Amino acid sequence: MGILSKKDAALILDPLADNNPITIQVLGICSALAITAELEASIVMAVSVLFVMGMGNVVISLMRNIIPSKIRIIVQLVVVATLVIVVDQVLKAFAYELSKTLSVFVGLIITNCIIMGRFEAFALANGPKRSFLDGIGNAAGYGFILVVIGFFRELLGSGTLLGIKVLGDPIEKTGLYAIGYENNGFMLLSPMALIVVGIIIWVQRSRNPALIEEN
Amino acid sequence: MSFKNKLHEIKEQLKGKKLAPAFNALHTFLYTPNETTHSGGHVRVADDLKRTMNTVITALIPVLLFGMFNAGYQHYSAIDAANGTPRTLDILGNFLTFDNFWMGALTILPLVVVSYGVGLAVEFVFAVIKGHEVEEGYLVTGMLVPLIVPVDTPLWMLAVAVVFGVVIGKEVFGGTGMNILNPALTIRAFLFFAYPTWMSGDKVWVHQAVERAGTVDAISGETILGYLAQGRGSEYSYSISDMFFGFIPGSVGETSTFLILLGGLFLVFTKIASWRIMLSAILGALTMGLIFNGVVDAGWITESSKFYGLMSFAFWQHLIVGGLAFGIVYMATDPVTGSQTNKGKWYYGFFIGFISVLIRVFNPAYPEGVFLAILLMNVFAPTIDHYVVQGNIKKRLKRAKNSALKTLNVETV
Repeated sequence: MGILSKKDAALILDPLADNNPITIQVLGICSALAITAELEASIVMAVSVLFVMGMGNVVISLMRNIIPSKIRIIVQLVVVATLVIVVDQVLKAFAYELSKTLSVFVGLIITNCIIMGRFEAFALANGPKRSFLDGIGNAAGYGFILVVIGFFRELLGSGTLLGIKVLGDPIEKTGLYAIGYENNGFMLLSPMALIVVGIIIWVQRSRNPALIEEN
Repeated sequence: MSFKNKLHEIKEQLKGKKLAPAFNALHTFLYTPNETTHSGGHVRVADDLKRTMNTVITALIPVLLFGMFNAGYQHYSAIDAANGTPRTLDILGNFLTFDNFWMGALTILPLVVVSYGVGLAVEFVFAVIKGHEVEEGYLVTGMLVPLIVPVDTPLWMLAVAVVFGVVIGKEVFGGTGMNILNPALTIRAFLFFAYPTWMSGDKVWVHQAVERAGTVDAISGETILGYLAQGRGSEYSYSISDMFFGFIPGSVGETSTFLILLGGLFLVFTKIASWRIMLSAILGALTMGLIFNGVVDAGWITESSKFYGLMSFAFWQHLIVGGLAFGIVYMATDPVTGSQTNKGKWYYGFFIGFISVLIRVFNPAYPEGVFLAILLMNVFAPTIDHYVVQGNIKKRLKRAKNSALKTLNVETV
């Protein structure tokens, strides 16, 4: 990496795999279950969180020396809430249908454990550049898992990807549906999202010996 | 050299190799392994996991055979009904016929083959990956699965569900004996939530009803619970003995309460299944049924209510329709997922019966609630056991304390 030192690059790359916020730290599960029934919603959610976390980490990092530690949680909340309102208004203005699908979950980014967790654990103790990289890295790790779950849930649950009927038309019986294939309705229910997360964790842990816990 | 000795030799050659577990599974299925001791002061019982499993399968065979006859009978009688000449049941004349059996066997045997084939393949793969022996756990599950699904369940759906049930329901927890949920019910729950149109309604219970829908040859067969849930309880013409002996539409093996009862007695007699769970589950179902009947008798609910049909259904008849009897005898008594303590078994069974009837009456989306009730209680079984054990410990501590006080008193005197 030319621009980034090895240590800085790790800030972005670690959360993508070995220290993934969802699969390793098991944070941010609620939204991963709620909005991943469609790939498009997952992608928008991932991008929104990327924006909120990158910006939020920088803002908190810049203010880190003037925030009284007793009220730091409230300050953090104000920062996240401001950024989330920006995202919410932008979505309502430019992607109204989608903002209806995401409904309260955009607002609930405020309570996403990953964001508060990174503010507390990283931005309060590091400079703005490193905080920005950390925020982007963690949001990307979160978004990556979200997109993977959204991909499988939409493909197997509705037979579409981003709304395009990739497997054929279930009503007119074309494509795969012509030979008797049917959509898996279970994929659209939240419990299945949890099971998909579980399977991802399982695959990741079995492939990475560093993550296997001693009995 | 006999075939038996030859197998022992092959086993020695394969020792430590990847294929060993797969071979050993087949080997021990055919013969007792040669490592077992033949002399010395050991207590030997004829009972091992395979023998236990086979006893349950034996208890399931009559149900399976009946299911084949019934599948054919429901098919032909639905055709007759559609042609305007409804059948009256004649056991030797139009039930125990070769046509019925043949039709049933052709639709049900593929379910059995797919269930066993896919399930055992998954078990073999996991045994080879993990390098341990193939576990026998799937022998019973593989027989239960075809019995708790509608006759016309597409085979690929069954295969997908079996893979899901065995991997997510059992292998991720550590395999046979470690699972929290009953794998057969996990498979059914998966099918129910994934492909609801194939698991409920008035078409899936009769062979070919789905393919004939919308044509001039259309046939259908609603289950009794289905009629009741829609408030059409007066429309079915099945008598009490039809319900008890099982000449009604339903999942393959669930209809004949009579044969299930015989199977249950056999399991209790051979001490494979717990009579406490069976009895308390029956009591639980009767209690809930009585409460609902009481509500109707007290006039708190009128015929206009959507719950009236099922609430006014005579409390004891809940036991002979739907899958309640099958669930109680073969699924609730699973020794791995049920309660282990004798006292816990009473609570565990009671709530299975109680919740089953509750779900039947109050949730129109799930006309049958047995599988949900058993899965729910599977999750609670360890908690129930925990409190029973803790209660026992407390009682004994108290007893020890009291006796210590007594001796103390004696000494001071």
